[in-house]
Amino acid sequence: MELLTRKESWNIGYEHALGETASWFFVQVRDHAKIFGRRDPKSGRVIVPPRSFSDQTLEPAAEWVEAGPGGRIETFTIVYEEFKTLPKPPYAFGYVKLDGADTGLGGYFRGVDLSDPAKAAARLAIGNRVITRFAEQRKGDVLDFWYELA
Amino acid sequence: MKSKRVGIIGVGQSQFKARRDDANYPELVREGVALALQDAGRDLDEIEAVVFSLAPDALLGIGNAEHLGVDAVGARNKRFMRINTGGSTGLSSVAAGYTHIASGACDLVLVAGADKVGESGDSQAILNKIWDPTYERSLPLGTITMLAMSAVRAMHKHGLTEEDMARVTMKRRACAALNPNAHLNKPVTIDEVLASRYIAWPMKLLDCCPQSSGGGAIVLASERYIRERGLDAVWITGVAHSSESYYLGDRMGERQVADHADAHALGQAFRRAYAMAGITDPAHDVHVAELYAPFSNTEFHAIEAAGLAPMGGSMKMLRDGEFDIGGRVAVNPSGGTLCTNAIAVTAMIRVAEAALQIRGRAGKHQQPGARVAIASGNGGDHQFFGTMVLEA
Repeated sequence: MELLTRKESWNIGYEHALGETASWFFVQVRDHAKIFGRRDPKSGRVIVPPRSFSDQTLEPAAEWVEAGPGGRIETFTIVYEEFKTLPKPPYAFGYVKLDGADTGLGGYFRGVDLSDPAKAAARLAIGNRVITRFAEQRKGDVLDFWYELA
Repeated sequence: MKSKRVGIIGVGQSQFKARRDDANYPELVREGVALALQDAGRDLDEIEAVVFSLAPDALLGIGNAEHLGVDAVGARNKRFMRINTGGSTGLSSVAAGYTHIASGACDLVLVAGADKVGESGDSQAILNKIWDPTYERSLPLGTITMLAMSAVRAMHKHGLTEEDMARVTMKRRACAALNPNAHLNKPVTIDEVLASRYIAWPMKLLDCCPQSSGGGAIVLASERYIRERGLDAVWITGVAHSSESYYLGDRMGERQVADHADAHALGQAFRRAYAMAGITDPAHDVHVAELYAPFSNTEFHAIEAAGLAPMGGSMKMLRDGEFDIGGRVAVNPSGGTLCTNAIAVTAMIRVAEAALQIRGRAGKHQQPGARVAIASGNGGDHQFFGTMVLEA
């Protein structure tokens, strides 16, 4: 028999409040091209991106600590497939532990030729040093910065 | 055992496919329910409570679809609740059904759900929305890229290779070919996996699960109910969960407490379930493991978290055939999540398959002599883990 289908889509807009901690973080990114974390008061761990409390103790994490711009790759992937609503491939992104931080901060890797997957993966190996680069025009978002091999 | 015993007396599952244009969502839910009630030999009227297994709404494209599903499980005038813990939803739903009975509140409980992941056309676009809009939503994160980054760390830490990953797909497809309900059931070679296109390095197309449609259901009963009627049952002797904190970036660097290469909280959940079941040597005592592993590389950290191999030791054991059907412990003899992933019920199917194995009713993918089985589910951003031990 003839089976019918119906096309539907969800397109809902939101305006998410970022809160005091993330707002201050993104203002530093936007206005000063600097990245800051918050220190976990009990463990001393510097958490980036900054959170207002420790996920281990729920104690407030109030002290700001600058991190980067240098760092080392902690993990990555290189995307070769196109997904709906996501950027056109290929692109590489992952997590970098910035100098002075104890956690990884997500971002794109740029300046690496991605045409040969194995060669590109070798250049992005865990432990390799990177430097954070900032866009000239910044709006206060994680896309205002990216990583390049040092 | 701290509480009354709970048994599984019936399971039902669809023949999973990419699409089911012959059935809308509630019709697919009812399909699993009808099969499970038939398997249990019970009438709908006897069911006292229904736990509804339903993962993130947008995968289905219906907001809080439990309101629509309530008719398809016959829950009018009955206790009813929806459970959602992402990919582990199905196992969490069985755990909620378990507590209905172990608490003494009910004797007969139905756990049911369905998914039509294929109708969205692109689950990664939806799963990108599980990331925090404050810091991470602007990045192109999805479950594939998240677990590709786990593979990269496992390559660095444990020496995982792309060939190791391809071997998992080769073995699970061979299992799925024996399972009439599996979605991807065509055997493939290691070379075919390695030659398939990259999705997110090091993951290739054939390292990834499909987007499946189908329904599933399980009927649970109290020991008293089972004994009074002389029913055939397998017993849930261990049930546990454990959770990981949200930020992927916290699972790396020298001061992390749970490496993103591995599945630490899953390990904790298994240790809890084993303690409850009195299992002290899982590598020796477990005969079948249905472990939630939607991507080839994730089967390795699941095997290790389940205590079936030492950390970093699962690749060689898998290569040596220790996890094959007929091997020391059969891992994902159904073909597993890698070959069939209807997200809302996937982890429930792990429990259902474990139950079939112990009842000796798994057909061509039966592990001979299986009497102790485990099942697991992973949800969130590699974050919410549920485990179960089933015994004859």
